[in-house]
Amino acid sequence: MAKVLVVDDEPNIVLSIEFLMQQAGFDVVTAEDGESALERVAETPPDLILLDISLPGISGFDVLEQLRGDPQHARLPIIMLTAHGREVEREKGLALGADDYVTKPFSTQALVEKVKSLLAEDA
Amino acid sequence: MRTDPVVLTVAFGYLALLFVIAAWGDRRAETGRSVIGSPTVYALSIAVYCTAWTFYGSVGRAAESGPSFLLIYLGPTLAMLMAPFMIRKMVRIASTQRITSIADFISARYGKSSSLGALVALIALIGITPYIALQLKAITLSHAVLVNYPQAADFRLADESFWVDKSFWVALVLAVFIILFGTRHLDASERHEGMVAAIAFESLVKLVAFLTIGVFVVFVMFNGPMDLFSQVAESPRLVGALGLDAVPGGATGWVGTLVLAFLAFLTLPRQFQVLVVENVDERHLRRASWLFPLYLVAINLFVIPIAMAGMLLPVGNSDPDSFVLTLPLSAGLEGIPLLVFIGGLSAATGMVIVETIALSTMVSNQLVMPLLLRSKRLQLSSQGELAGWLLGIRRVAIVLILLLGYLYHALIGDSYSLVTIGLVSFAAAAQFAPALLIGMYWRGATRVGASLGLIAGFVIWVYTLLLPGFAQSGWLNPDFLEQGLWGLGWLRPYALFGLEGWDIYSHSLLWSLLANVGILVGVSLFTRQSALEQTQAALFTNAMNPGLQHTSLWRGQTTRGELQTLLSRYLGANATARILADQKSNPNNSDPAPPAMIARAEQALSGALGSASARVLINSVVRGEALDLESILSILDTTSQTLEYNRRLEQKSNELAKIGEELRAANERLRELDRLKDEFVAMVSHELRTPLTSIRAFAEILRDGKDLPEDKRIHFLEVVVLESQRLSRLIEEILDLARLESGRLTLSPQRLDLVTLTRHSVDAVHRLQEDRGVTLQVDIDMDEAPVIGDPDRLEQVIINLLDNAGKFADDDNPQVRLHLARHKEHVRLSVEDNGPGIAAEERERVFEKFHQIKRFSGSAGKARGRPRGSGLGLPISRGIVAHLGGRLWVEDAPQLKGACLVMELPQAPE
Repeated sequence: MAKVLVVDDEPNIVLSIEFLMQQAGFDVVTAEDGESALERVAETPPDLILLDISLPGISGFDVLEQLRGDPQHARLPIIMLTAHGREVEREKGLALGADDYVTKPFSTQALVEKVKSLLAEDA
Repeated sequence: MRTDPVVLTVAFGYLALLFVIAAWGDRRAETGRSVIGSPTVYALSIAVYCTAWTFYGSVGRAAESGPSFLLIYLGPTLAMLMAPFMIRKMVRIASTQRITSIADFISARYGKSSSLGALVALIALIGITPYIALQLKAITLSHAVLVNYPQAADFRLADESFWVDKSFWVALVLAVFIILFGTRHLDASERHEGMVAAIAFESLVKLVAFLTIGVFVVFVMFNGPMDLFSQVAESPRLVGALGLDAVPGGATGWVGTLVLAFLAFLTLPRQFQVLVVENVDERHLRRASWLFPLYLVAINLFVIPIAMAGMLLPVGNSDPDSFVLTLPLSAGLEGIPLLVFIGGLSAATGMVIVETIALSTMVSNQLVMPLLLRSKRLQLSSQGELAGWLLGIRRVAIVLILLLGYLYHALIGDSYSLVTIGLVSFAAAAQFAPALLIGMYWRGATRVGASLGLIAGFVIWVYTLLLPGFAQSGWLNPDFLEQGLWGLGWLRPYALFGLEGWDIYSHSLLWSLLANVGILVGVSLFTRQSALEQTQAALFTNAMNPGLQHTSLWRGQTTRGELQTLLSRYLGANATARILADQKSNPNNSDPAPPAMIARAEQALSGALGSASARVLINSVVRGEALDLESILSILDTTSQTLEYNRRLEQKSNELAKIGEELRAANERLRELDRLKDEFVAMVSHELRTPLTSIRAFAEILRDGKDLPEDKRIHFLEVVVLESQRLSRLIEEILDLARLESGRLTLSPQRLDLVTLTRHSVDAVHRLQEDRGVTLQVDIDMDEAPVIGDPDRLEQVIINLLDNAGKFADDDNPQVRLHLARHKEHVRLSVEDNGPGIAAEERERVFEKFHQIKRFSGSAGKARGRPRGSGLGLPISRGIVAHLGGRLWVEDAPQLKGACLVMELPQAPE
């Protein structure tokens, strides 16, 4: 069963995504900031990460950059989650190697679809 | 031998000798072997200062008032000692400016002013005529004494017909002489060589004659000076008369007479003529400065012995003025008295000749020519030869001046002693001194000042010396002498403004010079010089500066032919050819005249006509203006206008640059504001999206999950409600902030008790804090804390502070302390926690919008479950407190060692 890491500092958002992913049949691991997200990846490498950009401490971009810098995770599917609707950030995220980009508030169905299709591709 | 025919023959023979000498001098000059090119001749010509007044009058004055006559010669001695400074400058100026007389000099100094020149000429004419009369009187008197002795030389001129009067004929002969030798050339500044030679000769004659009589009296009539003095010593009357105490007016009389003689030596027209105009070489001054004083010593050597002898010996009741004649006559001699007569004649004629030349030059150049140049008639007849006209004018002037002198002598002269007339003239001439001397050294002296000063001095001279003289001669009612004009005591001519006890000359000199100098200086300070005047003033005051020797440059245009026509009309063909002599071998009359030639022509005309008239004439042919100071100034003005314009342009461009800079800065600020606004909008949208994300996600989960377990369903619904509340609160805060920043926040301030309000707020958050395990300690040190404020808003602030403190307190044992206390005139409410505190550089930033205090990653896990702030609470709180006149800031927590936020509000007045 695929494992999804959800990184966000808003507990209620984490709660909703955790529920959605479990409902879709994935294992869910959570982290509330960048540092702990990297720790989780090191402990048990996930099959996909849902990564918020605005995080306390190091940002989602930093996490993305570090992961992509590591060849082991170079192809790990990562979907950026952001409350910033700016085009610049979307481009930055994609340029840094994010696989997709979801703007908050998001459609739950669309999010689940994206996760499923990325994991299917990966598989 | 003393018969009339013999005396007359000798006298006219002597005059004939003068003609010969003058003619010889002129011929020598024409052949280039000038006799006057010698400093000795120059010094002797200056001795024209010693007139018949010296020759006869000194003895008379010595007999009457002791050695005071010497002052008349000490003054010139002093002046000659100063020759290297003062007279040399006068000579330098006169030669560069081609000055013809003192009137011309003063006129030229003050902008070639014809009116000032005319004024000087007029004053000179009025003031000096009596002096000429004096000489004629001396000739008549000495002739009468010589012929009539031993009878008293009693005569009444007015009783005789004028053709019987010898002095009339003497005057006529002199007129002929002066016309012949004084007006040979038109150019007065070309100098009168023959005449100067004759004058120098006359100075020798009078010295020899006087020394002869002196030696005769002392060594023949007495046995040397010791004999004479011992005889005088036996007569107390004489000792007293010859003492220093006999000087009229005492010490002031001494000083007054000295100053008078000093000034007159420089300003008497004849002295100015020989000293300045006739000077051919500045260097002659060097020898003259000691030779002339020596001459004065020599001619005065025997004055006191002769006066003593005259008073000791029985020479009858004769006038002391005649002692030099009556003493040898009383000794029965024939030859010596005749020599003395010739000596006196030479002294008198020398003065008359030079004075008349000087005066006639002034009259023609300063009085007649300016009038003629102005009259239309002369312009119409301008085709003719004018050189003859000019000489005619001068000749007529000579005859008229001599006739005027004769008339004065015949009508008034009887009642004056020689000395009196001389000093009156001296005082008149002294009036020129301020304009002359101050003008030479002070650039600021103006034409108006000089004119008014001169007029004032002259009027006082007339009132204090001339009119009293007339009154004493019986021509005026002498009552005003005693009672003053209109009976006003302070207007008494000899005691003006109550100044009594002075001799009349010092008295007159003091007041006239005081007025003259005072007005000259005073008015000059408040009047402006014309441009030409400025130029001339500069040329005069800087005369010794070799860089400034040109007179004026002409910018206008004329042709050589036009200049030739003009010059030949006034100067004749020969002089014109010389002046217009050109390097060009074949000069064409239609060639434009170069500026230097125009300047030469003006100089030449100045020499003939005076500077003022010369300027008028040159102006009449030169098209365009003289390049004088005015033009230079106007050119400079134009330049400075351009400079000013440039300066303004530069200023404008600087201003523009500055405005550009300001615009750039403003733009930068606007951009920054725009950026801040964008940022704000982005932050607001981010903050709004966060609760909205949870709400939408759970709403969709609830919508899609029909089979959700009940506990999940209730949990999710609670989340939706909480997040909606959070969203509302956030919107509320954003609106508050917007109102605060735009100043539209409506507060309803009222008097309230902060103690009560604080307790109320604590109650509101207490339960919430307790739920989170926060220990809240409340210390209120006051019973009552009256402040002015909006209770709802203040409660919002206090709750926000407590809320924040709870969030940032230590995770394991969260503690918060609220402390309310009075601080001076304020009430302070502080809320502290035992959290990590706020770093110093963060303390102001916590009041920035949406600023979230960074949490260390290490403590991140422990922060879970704590509600996130919007980042707007503190900015809003600070805005509210500021609106109420208070302050809100962060400091170190005094007790719990975490962060401490302090709110301070002014205490409400009682």
